Amino acid sequence: MTKPRANRIRLDRSDLTRKAVVAAFAKLNPKEMLHNPVMFVVEVGAVLTTALLFDPRATGGSSLPVFLQIVIWLWFTLLFANFAEALAEGRGKARADSFRSLQEDTVAHRAKSGRADLEAPCEDVPSRALRKGDLVVVSAGELLPCDGEIVAGVASIDESAVTGESAPVVRESGGDRSGVTAGTRVLSDRILVQVTTDPGESFLDRMIALVEGAKRQKAPNEVALNILLVGLTIIFLLVVATLEPFAIYSGTQVSVIYLVALLVCLIPTTIGGLLSAIGIAGMDRLVSHNLIAKSGRAVEAAGDVDVLMLDKTGTITFGNRMAVDFVAAPGVPTKDLAEVAYLTSLEDQTPEGKSVVDLAGHQFGLTPPGGDLGTYHPFSAQTRLSGLDRAGQELRKGAGDAILRYCGLDAIPMPLRAAVEAIADAGGTPLLVARDRQLLGAIHLKDVIKPGMRERFALLRRMGIRTVMITGDNPRTAAAIAAESGVDDFLAEATPEQKLEFIRREQAQGKLVAMCGDGSNDAPALAQANVGLAMHDGTMAARDAANMVDLDSDPTKLIEVAMIGKQLLISRGALTTFSIANDVAKYFAIIPALFVQIFPGLEVLNVMRLATPQSAILSAVIFNALIIVALIPLALRGVQYVPSSAAALLRRNLLLYGVGGLIVPFVGIKLIDLLITHIGLVR
Amino acid sequence: MPAAHVAELVIYFGIVLLLMVPLGRYMARVYQGEVWLARWLGPLERILYKVAGVDPAAEQPWYRYAAQLLVFQLVSGLGLYAILRLQQFLPLNPQRLGPLPPAVAFNTAVSFLTNTNWQAYSGEAQLSYFSQMALIVQQFVSPAVGLAVAVALFRGIARQSSKTIGNFYRDLVRGLLYVLLPLVIPFALLLSWQGVPQSLAPYHPVTTVQGQVQQIPGGPAAAMTSIMMIGSNGGGYFGANNADPLENPSALSNLIVWVMILLVPFATVFTYGEMVGSRRQAWTIFAVMLTVLLAGFALTWNSSRAVGPRLAALPVRSSSGNMVGVEERFGPFLSSLYLPATTGVSNGSVNSAFDSANPVAGMVALADLMLGCITPGGDGAGMYGILFHVLFIVFLAGLMVGRTPEFLGKKISIREAKLVMIGLLITPVAILLLAAPAAVLPASLASVSNPGPHGLSQILYAYSSGVANNGSAFGGFGAALPYSAIMVGVAMFLGRYLIILPALAIAGSLAAKTSAPVTAGTLPTSGWMFGLLLLSSVLVVAGLSFFPALALGPVAEHFALWAGQLFPLH
Repeated sequence: MTKPRANRIRLDRSDLTRKAVVAAFAKLNPKEMLHNPVMFVVEVGAVLTTALLFDPRATGGSSLPVFLQIVIWLWFTLLFANFAEALAEGRGKARADSFRSLQEDTVAHRAKSGRADLEAPCEDVPSRALRKGDLVVVSAGELLPCDGEIVAGVASIDESAVTGESAPVVRESGGDRSGVTAGTRVLSDRILVQVTTDPGESFLDRMIALVEGAKRQKAPNEVALNILLVGLTIIFLLVVATLEPFAIYSGTQVSVIYLVALLVCLIPTTIGGLLSAIGIAGMDRLVSHNLIAKSGRAVEAAGDVDVLMLDKTGTITFGNRMAVDFVAAPGVPTKDLAEVAYLTSLEDQTPEGKSVVDLAGHQFGLTPPGGDLGTYHPFSAQTRLSGLDRAGQELRKGAGDAILRYCGLDAIPMPLRAAVEAIADAGGTPLLVARDRQLLGAIHLKDVIKPGMRERFALLRRMGIRTVMITGDNPRTAAAIAAESGVDDFLAEATPEQKLEFIRREQAQGKLVAMCGDGSNDAPALAQANVGLAMHDGTMAARDAANMVDLDSDPTKLIEVAMIGKQLLISRGALTTFSIANDVAKYFAIIPALFVQIFPGLEVLNVMRLATPQSAILSAVIFNALIIVALIPLALRGVQYVPSSAAALLRRNLLLYGVGGLIVPFVGIKLIDLLITHIGLVR
Repeated sequence: MPAAHVAELVIYFGIVLLLMVPLGRYMARVYQGEVWLARWLGPLERILYKVAGVDPAAEQPWYRYAAQLLVFQLVSGLGLYAILRLQQFLPLNPQRLGPLPPAVAFNTAVSFLTNTNWQAYSGEAQLSYFSQMALIVQQFVSPAVGLAVAVALFRGIARQSSKTIGNFYRDLVRGLLYVLLPLVIPFALLLSWQGVPQSLAPYHPVTTVQGQVQQIPGGPAAAMTSIMMIGSNGGGYFGANNADPLENPSALSNLIVWVMILLVPFATVFTYGEMVGSRRQAWTIFAVMLTVLLAGFALTWNSSRAVGPRLAALPVRSSSGNMVGVEERFGPFLSSLYLPATTGVSNGSVNSAFDSANPVAGMVALADLMLGCITPGGDGAGMYGILFHVLFIVFLAGLMVGRTPEFLGKKISIREAKLVMIGLLITPVAILLLAAPAAVLPASLASVSNPGPHGLSQILYAYSSGVANNGSAFGGFGAALPYSAIMVGVAMFLGRYLIILPALAIAGSLAAKTSAPVTAGTLPTSGWMFGLLLLSSVLVVAGLSFFPALALGPVAEHFALWAGQLFPLH
């Protein structure tokens, strides 16, 4: 699914780890901890118990070694959580640094007097001095100093620094391929670019901010989950705080250090410690797919998408329609038809035209005639015909109604009409060919569907996502292609207004819609869609309206986006479930340990047969800290997402993280207990 | 299990299962539209609205619904308190009974307002007929309030982009007229046919076998028993409640009252299914409730069939199990069947003394309360209580399938997450916060009649019973002492209104949303897997909150009992 990327950053693991270790200590600053309420409670507990170590009344001689070890592990719990976050941030930072290196101050040639032509006199200014609306001239070999829109000229540009794609792309003024990005290099020609962003707001700046997690806003589901975690923390605070009165009633008193140990074991530290790492790593995964999301909200929305709108051309089918057959009118030799089609297409530079030349050449061995070809009439919006005047003959090809008008006919005569209708029914486009206002036959132009699309749509269906094909074709053609490619629905003869209307209609039914687009006329629909994915080679308007940009300009990326979004949510849900399920074993370790002295019968609850009360409590605390470290790779990678129905996913994740979360700590705590009693850390 | 017991189980559960679905669907019609009963009671309904100056057609947003409910309850509560404090000046007080002490009056007012029926007073000795009648009024009104909140929540779930969730007074009146009254009357007749007194005649003097004269009380016991059971109230006419031969005279009457406990609570589940249009989900929720109920019964009965070594050593018959506190006519089996029903519902009536039950049986009752009485819970209260768990599970499981959690197509957002956590945690928070000081403060410890872990169980039980609005007690607990009377009053208040408010707020915010269509990617909220999840949520939330407290109370007591360990008095 992922192809290797040129800009995939070689992450120096040992260096990242070293930096993360340092950052883990720096993050102990209570101000930093406050944003994570669960871990803040751990920190308060760690500070409190550390202070209590120096109070002889609280520790009492013989238990001091155990207390000391508990306190140390409490600090480790904190450091491990900080380490996870720092590691995730570190990977983002490394990526950001590589982007930042592109941003070194370049010299920009700013057009004086704002004249909008390539020959305008220029002054040299540093790139950071450029403001929105300035015009700059960029020539071959120079780096683009800014994000902008080409207003004059055409150039080939190497965008590999940003997109990882090594093949240069052509950018030109006007149309949908006019956007350029700072940090990319002009390879040929000269362009005049209008600056579209002020310093610090460029695309590159946004990317850097994003991958660094500097401006990371918590996405709605993350906030909601945090509420849940805070709620659980509150209840466990109360459970532990009220345990002392209950113990006093029962005729004993529990050391505050043990109470804090119990508290830290119970509150959801596993998910609390890994939550922000999961979020940062999710963004990082997007970037590694060459996708830039403008907010975490957009990524989450991607996981919820119900309807995926895909352009037919370029996404579902190859961009070009190809001639696949000639259908001659009765009495006309097919070779005649092919020859006329061949001649009218020789000067036609469109892919369709070229495919006609190829087909005729291949089928009938036609070669370009020598000498003067004749007068070429290119396609025009008025006639909607193109063709050639040659040797006193008018050769024409064009859309059905145009050729009929040209021939003075009301309808295609039978049996050619049946053949033409059959072409349309099969999802093809019939082009009619005429000579001297006499109908010769039709060319069958066919949309060729990209391989593997049917499988991808089936996958999406399993994920609960409905695919809708958007096309300018007539409904009949659209239906045929829809059937062939396996999409669930189609929107034929779609105008930008209709796209917008379609999205609104779906949203009114409570559905979340994703679409991708590149043209300026897609911008309203991109803005309206819950997930708008703009192509990097699209216009600035489209990129601004969308909430995600794909640097590879691959519309099928929407599928990856949806999967990453889902993976992000699943990781959070799975680790929360795991965290809560863990508590059962911890209770069975700690509660009998605390009270077995006054109620010997409670030894029955010591189902793990832990050696001593002290070893039991210490083992639980150590397990609680180590499980964070053990799960860091999972948090950074995200839990595996297998596209399948919700029921199947739930079954799988529940078994893995719910039942697993129940069993793992029983085993883990027992093993730790065996180990620490064996090496004599506790009596 | 002897065949007779199997037959009893089949008959007991069979009748409830047979009646609950049609009743549930009928109730859905009561709250959604018209019912045939309206032909006769319609004029009365309209007169009530006219007298109260209420426009029953006026739809209310959740906060207005909640505000009217609270004002109505505040006025009712103050009125009830005034009656209890001023009963000496009021009519129908032939014994010239003086006012109830302030703490007990507060406790009693809150108790009956909140559908708890915790009885810190002694009815025969302290209450005038007028005061008793005021309590009976609340026995009708409080379940109607609970049902109103539940159906308002159902509407919130069912409605699409709506600002309103119904009309409080209309729901209240319709619940009274078309649900409670029509059920209470036939059941009262059935009970009085079985021998429960229903008269205004003076007490009957009879000569006993020993030749002494005993006064046999009369009064409207059948009517009161009927509403106390149907309305998940539990406050009985006689002190011994449903163990009293006058209140529960026969095998058949025991079956009838048992069915009455569970009938409306289970029917409400199917009212829900009808109103939100998901019968499958109703069956899933029902299955979860039934599972907890049956497991509770199995544990109770298993525990009740044996006695501890010290009791066994005494010359008492113990072949049929622990008969301490058990009515001879019912024995351990029917008592064990009654216990999880009355604590699973927030009913709280009893046909045996829970205080004397073996520790595991006592723990089943206590655990039911700690779950918040949601299996199946009080009239209305059980459903809105368990829906917090449903939403909690939807949130967690929704994340696990990789979508923003949605419930019946409605996305659970930050606001709902907050409200769900409040509704879910108020039960453990209130119980722990109130029971902890009660375990150490001398003013509270005066209420505790037992040393050792059973004393802690008594404290936990009192506050759990209060918060869960159940009303049953471990009988040794001195509920009338000022500290306990006030604090249990606070418990009942918190456990009722701090759950009703988030429930209505959720109703409001869900009503405003539109439902997304169900796709293959949508988390299924019915079926065995969701049921299993819901069951885990119900058990885990309470389990994690109360594991330490239970370990020091009934669990420690259990092991001590079997070890023959005794505890000295304080």
